[in-house]
Amino acid sequence: MSTVLEERRAAAKAGPRPRPTRKPLRRGESRLHPLTWMFVLAVMAFSLVPFYWLINTSLKAGESLGAGELFPSQPTLDNYFVVFRNPDFFLALRNSVIIAVVTTAVALVFASFAAYALARLKMKRKALLLTLILSVTTFPAIAIAAPMFSIWREIGLYDTLIGLIIPKLTFALPLAIYTLTSFFREIPKELEESAYIDGASPFLAFRKVILPLAVPGLATTAILVFISVWNEFLLAVTLTTSPESRPVPVAIAFFNGTSEYDQPIGAISAASVLITIPLVILVLVCQKRIVAGMTAGAVKG
Amino acid sequence: MTSAQKLAERPRTFGYDRAERRLAVRMVAPSLILMFLVAAVPIGYAVWLSLHQYSVRQAGLSRFVGLDNYLDALSSGAWWSAFGQTFTFAAASVSLELVLGTAMALLLNMTFRGRGLLRTLVLLPYAILTVVSAITWQTMFEPTLGLVTTVLRGLGLPGGDIVWLGESGYAMAVIVLADVWKTAPFVALLVLAGLQVIPDEVYEAAELDGSTKWTTFINITLPLLKPAIVLAAIFRTMDALRVFDLPFVLTRGANGTESMSMLAYTELRENRLVGEGSALSILTFLTVMAVSVIYIRFAGGNIRAAAQEKQ
Repeated sequence: MSTVLEERRAAAKAGPRPRPTRKPLRRGESRLHPLTWMFVLAVMAFSLVPFYWLINTSLKAGESLGAGELFPSQPTLDNYFVVFRNPDFFLALRNSVIIAVVTTAVALVFASFAAYALARLKMKRKALLLTLILSVTTFPAIAIAAPMFSIWREIGLYDTLIGLIIPKLTFALPLAIYTLTSFFREIPKELEESAYIDGASPFLAFRKVILPLAVPGLATTAILVFISVWNEFLLAVTLTTSPESRPVPVAIAFFNGTSEYDQPIGAISAASVLITIPLVILVLVCQKRIVAGMTAGAVKG
Repeated sequence: MTSAQKLAERPRTFGYDRAERRLAVRMVAPSLILMFLVAAVPIGYAVWLSLHQYSVRQAGLSRFVGLDNYLDALSSGAWWSAFGQTFTFAAASVSLELVLGTAMALLLNMTFRGRGLLRTLVLLPYAILTVVSAITWQTMFEPTLGLVTTVLRGLGLPGGDIVWLGESGYAMAVIVLADVWKTAPFVALLVLAGLQVIPDEVYEAAELDGSTKWTTFINITLPLLKPAIVLAAIFRTMDALRVFDLPFVLTRGANGTESMSMLAYTELRENRLVGEGSALSILTFLTVMAVSVIYIRFAGGNIRAAAQEKQ
């Protein structure tokens, strides 16, 4: 639906003057208006301060927890020890890793075939198919979770990892197909054309030419799908009940404890910090890929 | 039409063409079958469940009640208040995200020292779990230990003594804030991608015509960004209407924050009302789908208009 954007992007690429702003020239940097600088600082603060406060809360225990100190006067790692002593935390981590890895892998295999056909091959009602696939990503998860809850309880898949992986594919698969389709479209058509001239079939061209070239796209798609499966909450909370199958988001949500007046907010914060660290590293390392994937999947297509 | 598409439509021999179509069907089929099994079948079964009433006492005992579950839901205050609260949340969070996201994108499109750092920082909230985002904002607004409440109290401003998550209106505000914090970066990245394809010549021409920065932004940048912003609005609205994690962690749906998804979940899991819960989840599904159809109609026209303008 956004061939306009694609066209404009192509025009911008082919244009006689490349954008000077794309070059990271120190000298080319402009001086910002002081008001703009204030806005930059405000945005940075808005992004960072909540993180700081989460860490701050996780380092406080006992009386200093309720004192609202801007800097913890007696920082302590007690909350982190509480988390580490909790076997459910590691179970949840294990569950999340298994669920996210398996779901991502299955989705990627199925999606790479479908995406190639949708991006390259001649096919009837292709636009309709893409719209249909995209529309699945907008389904409210509750509409899947409610019937799955009943089906799984009857056939014994309720509260199991496989019982969580299957419905999670509902949302992982269309996301993977959609993102991969836009990546496959970017690979120059000439490469396959020359493979065809050499006598390769479309499937051979896909396997030997497209897939190797699409490795960055596959990696980006894998990251996006992984993050989205890892983050998913509604299916996970509906379809699990014991620590043996609860993934991280549900485990953390239920860390809240028994009474409203006795919230172990320090330990919850510590657990939140701990599981955020790997994701932050992932984002820092794969920043460019994530940005490319998010915008490729969204702006084109 | 891009050059790749033109190339794809180059005539090939007829037999080759048919083989290609057959291959395409074979490559798409596994995914379609899988999606049918994990999406269409459950939703169909949910419709079936929603037409029945299930005994709470005896497992497996049920009777056909037709549309009773739907009529009950539609005549109940619970559904309509969840409906209203969900749309209030969506309207507030999406409009804030669009404004803040566009502003962030404009910043990121400038060149200045620290731009790379800004981009990384802005992206961070996007990476964390929604549940953690909820907990983060819970720590910000806790009555005694929250940063916001502590600072407001210290400055003697109103708001310091409010139990934010314990009062309706305030609780919704915290949930909206948590959502904006986490997803404004997504809007920013989409809009930034839109900004980067606007050729410099357009701005140069505007400058030659003596256009000020503000009029350039209103008359040139914003109209050219419209497709990207509309797209971001669609994605965000669809997400916001499904909101579940944030109210679940922050309020468990209390104090005027119960969303449509939460209501269906509570009926189903906590109250064990399978028929009623399924009817509510189908109603949620239909509501979200209706909004997406309206949006696509509207945005389709919008994007077509943009295409015609270009020709």
